[in-house]
Amino acid sequence: MANKETMTVNMGPQHPSTHGVLQLILELDGETVVKATPHIGFLHRGVEKLSEHRTYHQTIPLTDRLDYLAPMSNNLGYVLAVEKLLGITDKIPARANTIRVMLAELTRLKSHLVWLATHALDIGAMTVFLYCFREREEIIDIYEKISGARMTSNYFRVGGLSADLPAGITEDIRAFASKMPGLVDTYEGLLTGNKIWQKRTIGVGKISAEDAIDIGLTGPALRCSGVDWDLRRDNPYSGYEDYDFKVIVRDDCDTFGRYKARLDEMRESCKIILQALDKLKPGPILADCPKVCLPPKQDVVNTIEGLIHQFKIITEGFKPEVGEVYQGIEAPKGELGYYLVSDGSPQPFRMKIRPPSFVNLQALPQMVEGSLLADVIATIGTLDIVLGEIDR
Amino acid sequence: MDPVLLSFSSDPAAFLVVMVAKILVVFTVLMLIVAYATWCERKVIGHMQTRLGPMETGWHGLLQPIADGIKLFFKEDIIPAEASKIPFILAPIMILVPALITAAVIPFGADLTIPAKFILPFSSGLEGVSYIVPQQISELNIGILFVLAMAGLGVYGIVLAGWASNSKYSLLGGLRSSAQVISYELAAGLTLVAVFMLSESLSLRDIVALQMQPLNGVAGFLSFLPDWVPNWYVFSQPVAFVLFVICGMAEINRTPFDLPEAETELVSGFCTEYSSMKYAMFFMAEYANMVIIAAIAATLFLGGWGAPMNIAIFQAVPGAVWLLLKIFTFMFFFIWLRATWPRVRYDQLMFLGWKVFLPLALANIIVTGLVVVLLQ
Repeated sequence: MANKETMTVNMGPQHPSTHGVLQLILELDGETVVKATPHIGFLHRGVEKLSEHRTYHQTIPLTDRLDYLAPMSNNLGYVLAVEKLLGITDKIPARANTIRVMLAELTRLKSHLVWLATHALDIGAMTVFLYCFREREEIIDIYEKISGARMTSNYFRVGGLSADLPAGITEDIRAFASKMPGLVDTYEGLLTGNKIWQKRTIGVGKISAEDAIDIGLTGPALRCSGVDWDLRRDNPYSGYEDYDFKVIVRDDCDTFGRYKARLDEMRESCKIILQALDKLKPGPILADCPKVCLPPKQDVVNTIEGLIHQFKIITEGFKPEVGEVYQGIEAPKGELGYYLVSDGSPQPFRMKIRPPSFVNLQALPQMVEGSLLADVIATIGTLDIVLGEIDR
Repeated sequence: MDPVLLSFSSDPAAFLVVMVAKILVVFTVLMLIVAYATWCERKVIGHMQTRLGPMETGWHGLLQPIADGIKLFFKEDIIPAEASKIPFILAPIMILVPALITAAVIPFGADLTIPAKFILPFSSGLEGVSYIVPQQISELNIGILFVLAMAGLGVYGIVLAGWASNSKYSLLGGLRSSAQVISYELAAGLTLVAVFMLSESLSLRDIVALQMQPLNGVAGFLSFLPDWVPNWYVFSQPVAFVLFVICGMAEINRTPFDLPEAETELVSGFCTEYSSMKYAMFFMAEYANMVIIAAIAATLFLGGWGAPMNIAIFQAVPGAVWLLLKIFTFMFFFIWLRATWPRVRYDQLMFLGWKVFLPLALANIIVTGLVVVLLQ
């Protein structure tokens, strides 16, 4: 063809399947994508800057709103970073750690459920969407019982948890984690063997291990390119080293592989949750660090020390020593990192968040250029991005 | 006096009265099915997806289609400033009209013998005269070709809608749709050729009549079958039947071939820019097409208005009931697929159409031809 004129399509920020407010400038030759340029920033709220004017505790609610599909993971990464900065990582009580792991895995399930729901819907399988949201609803109910909020949990605290688990919740979680693997089989029954699903996903959005590492891809997307890397195992935190789970590594590098891997991860998460439930023993849920953790209400009312600690932490916050830390965790979507710089004041001098979605999104142009318009949708879905985290 | 076939030449007045009545009945029934197909679709998919579907408007949401209609009717009718006005307005009409007039050639029952006095009660001199009235709006001897022609006309509406909206998503949707409809029409048309080879007639009425004969009379080796098994073409042409239903789904843009309006890719495809009644017309056309494809598939392969078994008790039921039952079965199947399957990709769709279905349909014609010749 002599005339190679391309058509530019603005996909998003208001488009049903850009998962929020992502804007993609697509140059199309017919239906083939010649060039894809993601534009981000439509959801920018300045979380990093805001945190510089808040005490360390006051930033926790802001982290809920990063990856709003996995708030507990965001909380966890942040409190771990602050604990590392304070040097109290070892003082976290066992019960708090176990609950953290359990809820982080529950959050992984929740995040993966939304991913599968929207991914399947994007490819046209609408029933899976509703099945996944039915299960997500149960997780949200558990969230609500534990933290009082359905989406923005704000449950973890520097040094432990904001409150102990409510009575009876462990049975709910156990029941859910026991039935979840069967439900994952249901989703697989609708999708995995379906010829159309296979045709839409196998070989779509390929990325090699070298490219994945160069771009900085993390999470299931990296592991599906054959790189065996999972922070839960390779750089454990919160006692992940004590759990028995399999890191799902596949080498098919495509959308189908990432789909299978995430489903397998959901099964592994259920195992971890059940192990955590078995480990759960009564005990304190806050570290014994009176200058960091709020004292129990009893002490505030009855003892002078308690009152002073409460007053100081609330009005001023705590002051970590001068220094900087980086703490990465294996969030559902990849490596979520918090980089904190302290100048000795009660506010961080700088907080930098490394959101997995932001880095993973960089792989998108490479993955879609040369493929068809419909593959762009499948690829956005398979990268599992969430704009709250990309724009911060 | 023997009853005569009612035609324009035999009695113009009675012919017109009967014709208007038939058109009104078919149109009303079709529109009712269209309206309640939306309700059924929402209910069926709803229950498949562990929810209830419409529940608020009327008992179990039964008034929902009416509420939807009223809502769409009162919505502001927006024509984009950059759109080409006349094609933009014409497009929805051009989609809906061919869909509706296809219903004209579908037979829905055995011929009726009606006394002329019943048709024209106020005219004199008709004592003892009665007319044969076919239960079909128009008895075309090339009924099938008419169906294919009308299906082809519908594409113009889609292309025009995509082009006139002056929106890129609409354009992509329109282009996808026209390519899809044209390529699948070819395969669908070829599957029908095998049916003509058996029926040796293009008239839908004759085809239905042939299918009501017992299957054991077709060939010697089938004589073990009981007399009540009808000679439905689905038995002699299973490949053509499957191909026709699949191609039919592609032609009417149903899941898994709903690319032109693939919401997650093209927003709403060719009807992105449409609102109000114009949008409603696209919607009605989609469902009307569903009914029509179901009716044609039933007529050509499942014996049309004929009873499923040649037993007196079944044959006593009016033909229209059987036809509607068959249509509803197909509609349920279409809805079921929508709840279950993902969407194919554009290139895969074209591949299927040209490289799988078309050769299969051609091979089917050759095999049918050989068998017909051998059986003679």
